[in-house]
Amino acid sequence: MEAASVKAGTPSKRRSRDLSERRLAAYMVSPSVALIALVAAYPIGYAVWLSLHQYSVRQAGLSRWAEPNIWSNYSNVLSDDDFIESIRNTFVFTVFSVGFELLIGLGMALAMHAAFKGRGLLRTVVLVPWAVLTVVSAITWRTLFEPNLGLAPTVLGKLGIAENVVWLGQSGYAMAVMVLADVWKTAPFMALLLLAGLQVIPDDVYDAAKVDGATAWQRFRRITLPLLVPAILVALIFRTLDALRIFDLPFVLTGGTNGTSTLSLIAQQELTTNNLIGYGSALSVLTFVIVMAVSFIYIRTVGGNIRSLAEDN
Amino acid sequence: MEAHAMERVAAEPRAAERRAPRRKWVRPVLMWLVVVAIIIFCLFPFYWLINVSLKTGPDLAQSDLFPPSPTLDNYDSIFKNGDFTSALRNSVIVTTITTALALIVGSFAAYALARLRFPHKFLLLAVILSISTFPAIAIAAPIFKLWTDIGFYDTYIGLILPYLTFALPLAIYILTSFFKEIPKSLEEAALVDGATYFQAFRKVVLPLAAPGLVTAGLLTAFFVWNEFLLAQTLTSSPKAFTVPVAVANFTGSQKFEIPLGTISAASVVITIPLVAAVIIFQKRIVAGMTAGAVKG
Repeated sequence: MEAASVKAGTPSKRRSRDLSERRLAAYMVSPSVALIALVAAYPIGYAVWLSLHQYSVRQAGLSRWAEPNIWSNYSNVLSDDDFIESIRNTFVFTVFSVGFELLIGLGMALAMHAAFKGRGLLRTVVLVPWAVLTVVSAITWRTLFEPNLGLAPTVLGKLGIAENVVWLGQSGYAMAVMVLADVWKTAPFMALLLLAGLQVIPDDVYDAAKVDGATAWQRFRRITLPLLVPAILVALIFRTLDALRIFDLPFVLTGGTNGTSTLSLIAQQELTTNNLIGYGSALSVLTFVIVMAVSFIYIRTVGGNIRSLAEDN
Repeated sequence: MEAHAMERVAAEPRAAERRAPRRKWVRPVLMWLVVVAIIIFCLFPFYWLINVSLKTGPDLAQSDLFPPSPTLDNYDSIFKNGDFTSALRNSVIVTTITTALALIVGSFAAYALARLRFPHKFLLLAVILSISTFPAIAIAAPIFKLWTDIGFYDTYIGLILPYLTFALPLAIYILTSFFKEIPKSLEEAALVDGATYFQAFRKVVLPLAAPGLVTAGLLTAFFVWNEFLLAQTLTSSPKAFTVPVAVANFTGSQKFEIPLGTISAASVVITIPLVAAVIIFQKRIVAGMTAGAVKG
């Protein structure tokens, strides 16, 4: 309606404005597109090309295709025990951290939603772990689980749990600390996403259920949970994408030892420490494929949001 | 209809009162217990880090909840450490430049996406958004090779370019949703008065979208300040390395005697600006975090 009143100019003037609108749009979008093409798209192509070559920084130039055949970096990676282990660690880490984050995040979100007085305070408090750098969060949990200095082994030891365990020095335990550090840092993020989801559920629905005599549990199970599914889904995918890319935590906590090596970590180590660019690139490309598969699901899930942003109104 | 709604608002408290007496005190007490538990869960580890940063020598071999002989020696020593102070400077410079560029470049793209009509808009948004899910490791190798070839390795620009690329999607997404919420009639009035689209954007839309710019700027700055993988891969000296790299490599280099006290002090120092920002801008940050995530 409003548009019609504005667009009422002479027809030729309108056409020239439409044209200049398109041209302006192209100008305005092109810096972003150029950057993305230059620093994201082109490197991915280059990574694939590198992964088909034999290359090490120590030898000058990149003259040879990988031998005996161009796929050999990939076949080497796929038969490498370190790779298999890092895949396993990455998935174990993802499943446990994202799982606990969902449970704790949901609990926090429900509490924040119910607490009228403390909500503002809670929202700020909950953002503190999110604001802590991942590297710092790793250092914090490292100091908490350090054999003498750490509070956790001391307290747990007194309770008779995991006595004489060097947490970061034993596989299984080291992974547990890594999961804990991640849950601490990101459960609040999950909670805030879910809280936003809770806040869009209209109160009428609950009032109606109360009138019909539904218990608190029934209201949660039959109303809150189903209506929260879209928010949960997006939060889960967000977190899964992050967990699959995890690098900072194992780097600082253990350096990838004791069953904590992850995909990004071993790829980065092959590249920089071992200077195996072809092999490292093959690892990176495989990580990319795994993450982008999940990302595809993500884009599909938020497709409606994107479409509404892209709509002309 | 309005009268009906009023009636319901008035009726509600009465219904609640009728059910209340049975558990008048149980619920609030339970509620406060949960609130306190959440606060401890969120804040205790950070308190612990501060606690460790105030310990030196033999105190670092004991797990006291309070430092037995608190001292600022660790803080003293990190500020005398040239590597740490230059990392601080590098981080401030890289974060500031990246954030400013992301807002400029991002608001251009966001305005076009929110307001102008042009083809393939959906595809463009989908591609931009999928960039934000790229694993940084996938571009680390080629960028590392490229930067060594053209001399960007271990420089500010070598960090700013990839950071800008990874920060743009989020900035564009947040700004697009903010621009969309600004009433179109304001710009249209400007257009009718003979302003060009670009003038309408600069003089009408941008000032009104200031909260959106703050939100996008904060999230970009957080991302850049926090980023570790690319910084670790693309820098090698105090000339360019950022605070996460400096702090993480305190840990790595001295395998046998790890200076946990100094590391903790450095960690506290680089985290405080972020915690302060969170306290001041809580609302803006939450708005940005949830902008992309939840919609009906």
